[in-house]
Amino acid sequence: MAHAANIAALRHGLDAGEYSARELTQDALGRIDATNPLLNCFITITAEQALADADAADARIAAGNAGPLTGIPIAHKDLFCTADAPTTCGSRMLAEYMPPYDATVVARLRTAGAVSLGKTNMDEFAMGASNETSWFGPARNPWRPQHTPGGSSGGAASAVAAGLVPLATGTDTGGSIRQPAAFCGVTGLKPTYGRVSRYGMVAFASSLDQGGAFGRSVEDVEWLLQAMEGHDPQDSTSAERPATTRAAAAGMTLGLPREYWDGLDAGMAQCLQAATRELEAGGCTVRDISLPHTAAAVPAYYVIASAEASANLARYDGVRFGHRADAPKSLDDLYRRSRGEGFGAEVKRRILTGTYVLSVGYYDAYYLKAQRVRRLIRQDFVDAFGAVDAVVAPVTPSVAFELGTVQDPVAMCRQDVFTTPASLAGVPAMSVPCGFCDGLPTGLQLIAPHFEEGRLLALGAAFQRRTDWHLRQPSA
Amino acid sequence: MNQEVLDKLTRLAQLALAPEEARHALADLRAIVDLIDEMQTVDTEGVAPLAHPLDMEQPLRADRVTEQPARERYQAGAPLTRDGLYLVPKVVE
Repeated sequence: MAHAANIAALRHGLDAGEYSARELTQDALGRIDATNPLLNCFITITAEQALADADAADARIAAGNAGPLTGIPIAHKDLFCTADAPTTCGSRMLAEYMPPYDATVVARLRTAGAVSLGKTNMDEFAMGASNETSWFGPARNPWRPQHTPGGSSGGAASAVAAGLVPLATGTDTGGSIRQPAAFCGVTGLKPTYGRVSRYGMVAFASSLDQGGAFGRSVEDVEWLLQAMEGHDPQDSTSAERPATTRAAAAGMTLGLPREYWDGLDAGMAQCLQAATRELEAGGCTVRDISLPHTAAAVPAYYVIASAEASANLARYDGVRFGHRADAPKSLDDLYRRSRGEGFGAEVKRRILTGTYVLSVGYYDAYYLKAQRVRRLIRQDFVDAFGAVDAVVAPVTPSVAFELGTVQDPVAMCRQDVFTTPASLAGVPAMSVPCGFCDGLPTGLQLIAPHFEEGRLLALGAAFQRRTDWHLRQPSA
Repeated sequence: MNQEVLDKLTRLAQLALAPEEARHALADLRAIVDLIDEMQTVDTEGVAPLAHPLDMEQPLRADRVTEQPARERYQAGAPLTRDGLYLVPKVVE
């Protein structure tokens, strides 16, 4: 069963001629056709292009020019610009948008020979934690389809969990890779801010947005990270750093921040404590630590992300690209109605909030205040990493909730309570499947210092050698 | 946060609200202001604002032409163009 194999096995199968890239692609497309009507994890399926790319990959493999990902199926979150497929960002505003170029991440994976099967569903402009703000309707959780897969990269997590693709790209601004990974029982990595190029990633909050990877195991995610990461001259905030290499897990000291663990739901706590004991059994030392400004992360995040969003989304004006209102009476009417019709309710709330916190009289009290809090949150991590090698924490306060049950926008924001601190600090963080509560998967969050993804990969891989949570699959 | 502030924000953001959204907008924004006010209790006296998570300098690149004009390609997705120009309603009477 090729679709249950890990990337190393798929690589071997392709290189040994056990199956072709075309066969792998056809197999995946068949499963997408059968399952997507239920899960809605793809907005666009690029079958024809995928088969052509698979044939090119087969030619490369035959010629002995295959790279690590040549012929491996993949899917891109629908905010990575693709020159050969629409890029909707889950929005009516961009429902018809064809980018004139590829994002750097897309271009690198194309060059590597990975075969993209399509574009995955997401909350509109990556704003949301349940996939319900998507103009194309929510993606669903393959473990229980009436439940959310999480968000914003819900389609990507759902597609990997359902075995439709072994790898998927995603982005994480305040938890949008880690939370859906936890909800769907897959592995999701948000690298250090600057590790992966943002060029061609539709911007939400530029000082927080970071591209990353979903896979069924830490090892698979490592393959994808290595193909995505690295400096890009097109993105001046992308860092010039050596490639990620896996560290050694044994002997690491891990910190459990009491602000994350105190008050955790009992079932969730039990699950995560068992996972922590596995890390100890693997040779790590565990100690309690404090990240004192954690409670201020959600409000500070909401101010900063909304402020940046209100500036970034000013470009959607109904003039140059995107949705345009019919029969505008004036230029102002064109702007106001094009944006009013093109954006959904959550995006509008963020734009209005961002406009508010940046306006005269509120700028110091909100925007600058949030930036000062951000420094304190980052300093919390810097101080903690003076004493521990990595932080171990929950990803989410609960397992995946039922679609339609979290209606209050503020309650939805609070879903990000354990993920926004690492986003504000810019440090890398990963969610690994660590058990089930009420029949739904949950994740353990590992957080490392800036550019120490190697520690996350080492810890995650050590954990997955001792456990089999990542091998569990939802029933058909 | 009141109706007057909300009207100013929708004007600044050039954002028309649907009637259904306008009914909820004020209550939603009040709840969001309550949420973001939770950070006001944090003592930030003497703490410099952090605009960017990494201590990095803006790199400079060589002053070289790297892109060629591709107006037709870029305008292919525009709602309304003529002779290479974007068309909008008349601005000056």
